[in-house]
This record gives sequence, structure tokens and C-alpha cells, in this order.
Amino acid sequence: MLEHESISNPTHSKTTGLPRKRFYRARAHSNPLSDSHFPVPISPSQFDLTLHYPHYFPCPDKSDGSKKIEFADIGCGFGGLLISLSTLFPDKLMIGMELRDKVTEYVKERILALRTSNPGQYENVSVVRTNSMKYIPNYFEKGQLTKMFFLFPDPHFKEKNHRRRVISPHLLDEYAYVLRVGGIIYTITDVEELGEWMKSCLDGHPLFEAVSEDELVADLVVKLLSTATEEGQKVERNDGQTFRAVYRRIGSCVPH
Amino acid sequence: MEDNHMEENEQKLEKEVAPALIAVHPNQLSVTVSIGSDLRVFNLHDGSGAKLLDENGGHKDSIRAIRYSKSGRFFVSAGDDKLVKFWDTNSWHCFCSVVSEKRVTSLAISNDEMFVCFADKFGMVYVVDIRDYNYENQGSVNKKAVPILSHYCSIITRLEFSPDGKYIVTADRDFKIRVTVFPKEPVNGAHEIQSFCLGHTEFVSCIAFVSSQDCAQGLLVSGSGDSTVRLWDYASDTLLDTCDVGAKAGLLNSNQGQEEMVPAVTDLCAASDGSLVAVAIQSLPGIMLLSCNLSARTLSIAKVVAVKGETFIPTSIGASFSIPLLWMVMGASSLHNTDSTLLARVRVISGFGSNQSEPVSHETSVLEDTEIPGGEPLLQELQGKLSIGEEAFSTAAEAVKTAMRNLLIKKNYSAERREVRKKGRNDKKNQSPA
Repeated sequence: MLEHESISNPTHSKTTGLPRKRFYRARAHSNPLSDSHFPVPISPSQFDLTLHYPHYFPCPDKSDGSKKIEFADIGCGFGGLLISLSTLFPDKLMIGMELRDKVTEYVKERILALRTSNPGQYENVSVVRTNSMKYIPNYFEKGQLTKMFFLFPDPHFKEKNHRRRVISPHLLDEYAYVLRVGGIIYTITDVEELGEWMKSCLDGHPLFEAVSEDELVADLVVKLLSTATEEGQKVERNDGQTFRAVYRRIGSCVPH
Repeated sequence: MEDNHMEENEQKLEKEVAPALIAVHPNQLSVTVSIGSDLRVFNLHDGSGAKLLDENGGHKDSIRAIRYSKSGRFFVSAGDDKLVKFWDTNSWHCFCSVVSEKRVTSLAISNDEMFVCFADKFGMVYVVDIRDYNYENQGSVNKKAVPILSHYCSIITRLEFSPDGKYIVTADRDFKIRVTVFPKEPVNGAHEIQSFCLGHTEFVSCIAFVSSQDCAQGLLVSGSGDSTVRLWDYASDTLLDTCDVGAKAGLLNSNQGQEEMVPAVTDLCAASDGSLVAVAIQSLPGIMLLSCNLSARTLSIAKVVAVKGETFIPTSIGASFSIPLLWMVMGASSLHNTDSTLLARVRVISGFGSNQSEPVSHETSVLEDTEIPGGEPLLQELQGKLSIGEEAFSTAAEAVKTAMRNLLIKKNYSAERREVRKKGRNDKKNQSPA
């Protein structure tokens, strides 16, 4: 079905079948505060996985509940990281969350095209258009995720806009909720001030501790942070510096 | 700071109508009604109105939340003037005034009376530590509020402490209820989320805990704009039961146009013995009583108690801990600035729960004005006038309903309308005219 579409559909390349970025241009910035109009599941059990992973969830009513999404790329952009992770972790379900409509469409098309041209692969990855700053608990249960990614988030330079940053002391409460104890949060940016901000938020949060350098070296995923995404590649081309903060979700030790 | 979408809507509703609120001292030593910026207290133990003492002249704008502490030792009020005021209930002297950055929507007092938490219109929850306040010395203290948690950019409608004090529960306009561990030192923040109770399909307007001596941990009930009341095992985010109160009250009128919203639940009050939950619903003249079985973990509709002889739609309800009476008030702050006294109407229902020794009997009845504790002097003090005309209330009820809807229900614009609204945005500096 998709081959037929790509012949008559100018938005996709004729040779690879992959969508062309120039037909999915969008501003880099989107307002996370506006009340948008995409459907949000009332609770994680209402999140329809048959739409995203038909290979794993063929029928809507029959779901054994054993397979759950474990990786979430927050602000996944054009999907570079997810595509790399998909083949690196073929038995893990992963999802990208993106606020911009056009960009989400691009990623959807990209995944569909990859599934067609590589049968059996890329069935474990999908994307959803949503505001993860407001609705993360609607998609994931407590302790469901084992990895969360925040790659090159919007810096929101002005001090008055700092509260719009996707990593903040209060939002970390929610990310800690959906991350399993032992789960890892990966952040990277090319903006030094933002890098310091994210590191300081994570340091100050009682449910996160920094992952040691030794572990970072051994983690296959860490290298992907700067190389797998379009944003990361752009930074490398321009010889820019990147600032990484990788932390582990720990159990609570606060008396209560 | 005034640059986001929500603030744009709120500016238009600067003079929003605020509902009248009622709170009862845990041992029914006094009853307080707030209406507009006015706080009215009637002392039942000596049968007279109390005079409030505040060097700063009380509240300057609509009061949005009032509460007695668990022992009744102090009372807190807060609202649109961005002030949280603490009152000593013996002298009714305001001993502390905390400034909030934004308008306050709700407040709660920890059971040990050490902390007061309040929430604002931007989803931020703050804590005020009053452990060191000396009740013997009647001096004033200066306190600062510290932020402890937030619901990202969502109006928090209510907050409550769990009966065992372990958790603080916050409900918001985005259909969510969050249960967070309340630490021993909350000034460092409340970072550990225990659960989210998700299931409502509209804004959550009110929450209350139902507990008894046998079930100290209790269960949570929540009321919503989706016209249901839900029962939750809050620590494990399990939805136990749902009561479709709007439909049952016979209020869903299919003759009305599609734009008609289902009646929202406006307030909840649990009886102290854990057997009943009183529900106030928009457009319902009276109260719906739900029967709660804590051991079976069920909630079901028991009956509707109608108030005869007048159209009384409560805007707020409350009860003491020791006496099985449900107090209700109906009223609203004025739409226009007038000098005349704002009027509220107070009614009482008996049989709300049981006295400790007597067996549970749900023989509820609406008390006549002469039968209520405090009698006519109480009504004079709290209502503003002894007998209130019907016309005064019909507009008030509608105004409160509209205000709640405008505040809490997201406007659904069509795609074309959204494009038109976007063009009107004034935050683009170098945009060429369309």
C-alpha cells in the first residue's frame, strides 16, 4: 500500500520511500503552554497501543499487558534517536513524544516507510503528538519506563521563560514517577547555561543520582546522544561543544 | 509573566464571580461564611457574632478558600487578593498574612497543624511552616511560603491531606488527581509522587477523604465537571466506584441544546463516621447523599434531599467533626461594585452521619430557620439579613455556574477560529501584516 502511495506522493523520496524533510518544515519552537487539541488518553490503560505497534498488539481487546513501552524520547524531533535505538534494542518498545504537528507526521511516515522496506524491523518504535509536560502520567504507569531521553531541548533563554523548560525541579517529580527505580534519564544540550541548569535540577532532586563516568563509557546509548539526531549532527558539523547529564532514578530515602 | 495563553482568558474575567463558602469548627464552636471579601463568623458557644481583628483591614478581594484546623485552634482564609490569612479562633485576631505570587484557589491544613498548604491559579502548591507559632503570645508573625510541588500550568482546584497525614492530594482542571508523599520537612519540596488517580473526563472540582475509626487510612472521593463522583483507593490509584450523580438527579434534560454542559459537582463533604458523602451539584436545589461502605469499598447513591420552599442551590457545604449536621450556604460575590451588603443563605440538614453512641440512621431532614443551632442571630450574622428574597439568588446561582465553567472548561475553538485568534497575538515583533 505504501509503495503505491510513494509513487504518486511527492512528499516521499521515490528511491528510498522515506519522507522528505522539506515537506515537513516546522519552526523549531512550539509553545508548551497552549492548550492544544490532540487527543490524550484518560489514563495509561486507555492508551491504544494497537495504533502504534500493530505487530505486537494486533487486536484491541486482547492485550496480555506484558509488553509495555520502556523508552520515551521527549521532544523526539525528526526521530533520529528513536530510529537508532530501534535496531539497538529490538525487543524493547519505545515511543517518541513531540509537540509539533508536522514533525510528528514526518516521524510517523518515516517509521511506516522503514517498516515497509525492512520487514520485521522498526515494529517496536512509534511516535505520538502530545505535550509531555502536561500529560506524561496519562501515557505511562508508575515505574514503567527504563530510559527517558531529553535531547537538545528548547533552552528558553529568558529568565521569565525558565519555567517552560522541559527539565525543571517540579517536572522531575513526574519523570521520577514514570521511571522505574534504576531507570536512566539522558539529557544533552549544546547550550552551556542550559546544561548547567539541567545538571543542577537533577543534582537537587532527591530521587536522582548522577551515573558514574565508568558506566557512561560502557553505555552504548550515550554515544548516540550526540550522533544520532539531526540536531546533534549539526552541532558536530559546527564543532560545537555538548553538555551531557545522565542520571539514575533511585529509591526514596526521605523520612515521611 | 503575563505572556501565556491562560492569562489571556483570565484577564477578561477580572471581576469573576466567586461563590460563597462555609466552614464549621470541628466541635461546632463557631460557623464561618465567606462571601466576596467578607468573612463572617458566628460563635455558637456564646451565641454572638465575632469581630475580626486585622491591622491590614481583612481581605481586599474575593475569598476563595477557608478552613479550620483540625482542633479548631486556628482558621485560614485566602483568595484573589493573593493573601493567605491566619486567624486565632479565640480572639479572631489575624496573626499572620502570607503573600502569594498568584491568586489562591485552595488551601489545606496538615492534621498536626504544623503546616498550611495553598495552591494558586498556575498550578503551584506552597507550604507555610507555622510550627513555631506561640499561641499564648498573641503577637503577629511574618512567614514566607515555599513552593513544594506543581501541576504544570494547570489550575489546582483543591488540595487535601490524607487522614494519616502521609500524603497531600491535589486535584486540577486537567482531569488529574495527584497523590504525593508529604515529607517530614516539606520545605525541601514534596517530590515523591505516590500515584495519579486518573479517570475523570472533565475538570476535578472537589475532593474529600472518607474515613472512620475502623478504616483510618480512608478512601478518596472526587467530584468533577463530568457530573460523576468517584471513589478511589488513593495510594494505589485504583478506581473503586463511580456514581453518575448528574444523571441520577434527573438533571440531564435531553430537550436542551447540544451546547448544554452536564451539571458539574461543586462541593463534597464526608460525614465524620465515614458512612455518608454529601454532594452539591450545579442546578440541583438541595443535596445528593451518597452512601459509602468503607469495608466493601463501594459508593452508591442513597437519596436526594430537596430543600422545599425556596430554590436553594448550595455553593459550599461543610460539617463539624462531632455533630451530625450538614451546613450549607448559597451566595456569590457581586458582579458589580455596589455598597450594599452581599447576601448569603444558610441552611442546615440534620442526620448527617451519627452521634458516636447512636446507631446509624439516615433520617435526614432540612431544619427550619428556628431549629438551627444559633437560630436567628446566626442567620442574621452569616446571611447579612434575616430573610432573603428569592430574586437575589436566581442571578447568583447562574453567575457562579458560568464563572466555574469559564474558568475550568477549556474552550474548544474550531480550526478557523484558532487561526483568526492566532493572528491577533501580540507577541510577534517583526511580523509583516497578513
